Amino acid sequence: MSDATIITAREMGVVGCRRCTQVWPQGTETCGRCGKRLQLRDHKSLQRVWAWWIVGMMCYIPANMYPMLRTRTLFTVQQDTIVGGAIELFTHGAPFVAAIILFASVVIPLGKFFAIAYLAISVQRRSVASFEQRHLLYEVVEYIGRWSMIDIFVVAILSSLVQLRTLAAIDPGPASLFFALSVIFTMLSAQSFDSRLIWDVQSRDKGEAQRGH
Amino acid sequence: MESRLPPQPLPDLIVCPQCDAAYKLTRPEHGERAVCARCHTALITPRSKAGLQIIAVSIAIVVLVIAATVFPFLTIKVAGTQNSVSILDAALAFSDGPLIALSLSTAALIIFIPLLRVLLALYVLIPVVLDRMPAKGSRKAFRLSEALRPWSMAEIFAIGCAVALVKITDLADVSFGPAFWMFAILVVLVVAQDNFMCRWTVWKSLDGLRKPERET
Ligand SMILES: [Zn+2]
Ligand SMILES: [Zn+2]
Repeated sequence: MSDATIITAREMGVVGCRRCTQVWPQGTETCGRCGKRLQLRDHKSLQRVWAWWIVGMMCYIPANMYPMLRTRTLFTVQQDTIVGGAIELFTHGAPFVAAIILFASVVIPLGKFFAIAYLAISVQRRSVASFEQRHLLYEVVEYIGRWSMIDIFVVAILSSLVQLRTLAAIDPGPASLFFALSVIFTMLSAQSFDSRLIWDVQSRDKGEAQRGH
Repeated sequence: MESRLPPQPLPDLIVCPQCDAAYKLTRPEHGERAVCARCHTALITPRSKAGLQIIAVSIAIVVLVIAATVFPFLTIKVAGTQNSVSILDAALAFSDGPLIALSLSTAALIIFIPLLRVLLALYVLIPVVLDRMPAKGSRKAFRLSEALRPWSMAEIFAIGCAVALVKITDLADVSFGPAFWMFAILVVLVVAQDNFMCRWTVWKSLDGLRKPERET
């Protein structure tokens, strides 16, 4: 597609379907091809983003306080939280895996909370970051959020596999439920974000600049 | 009574769903991609014979999912005691109390949603590839398949396996069952199937439902 000056659908008086990209005259209510409700901009988007964000955060806190895994061997019972388990792995000579776990369960979720909050705030006020950077951030958040589920799957595999009667057993702790919920809610938060809002500020700035000349 | 006419689509235009930039529609050649100049979202990504490839890969996925769920996946051995699990066992590991909800969603994320998405793709694409009228409810089916896309997590489960194995190597001997290798192939196929598909082309071909007379 050509790079000249970009005209948005809103400026052209049309509205594009966000699911199937079919274009309709403004004022059309639903897409005749795929049935999606057509909205020039989703103005309730930010409300839903923040609602899911808050629920996600509320689940992330207990996810880090309760144990994720309960490991029982012949003589010991050990309960590990997410961070505790990673530190354990690190001291037992598996720093690479510890890094993966820390990245998937701590860095990604926290980064995602910050990134979504930043995006949601940045569409309402001027921001230093360029539109490209913010759009890239949005895509990274959308893409990478699902990968936080790794830790849940590790817990699932370990606790089904390591069931050796008296010798050793690994059982999931309550943190697993909270953590999974937190991942799901932050995914919903990111999906609720109408990324077209990022670019609207640019159109507004352009409009002001033209009027100024 | 002109105002009663339903709104007509504007077929010469395409609007980027991510940033709202509008373009004059030019269909790229097979193997080329039409990309939004502003936010770089891929808009149209046609491939030659994509339909047939997707159908072949999808059938392979269905067979592999069923086989990989039934056969043993991993076996652990410590001092004479051993335990084999299938993928379904792993998914259903959270079995006590409120964790059951987690079991069901894990099973959905790694088995049922990927399987359902592939079946929906077959249902939508087979008539299109055979140049028939799209099957009844095709648009609903494709809509559901697209909505489920972020919730299909087979490839994430695969990385989870690798991490879990490293975690217990010094605790026990772990051996791979046939399902493990099937699942490894499965993950590659699921990712390939998703990348072969040009969403725009599929939606375009489903237009036939509304207007039986096709252009070209
Ligand atoms: Zn549509
Ligand atoms: Zn765009």
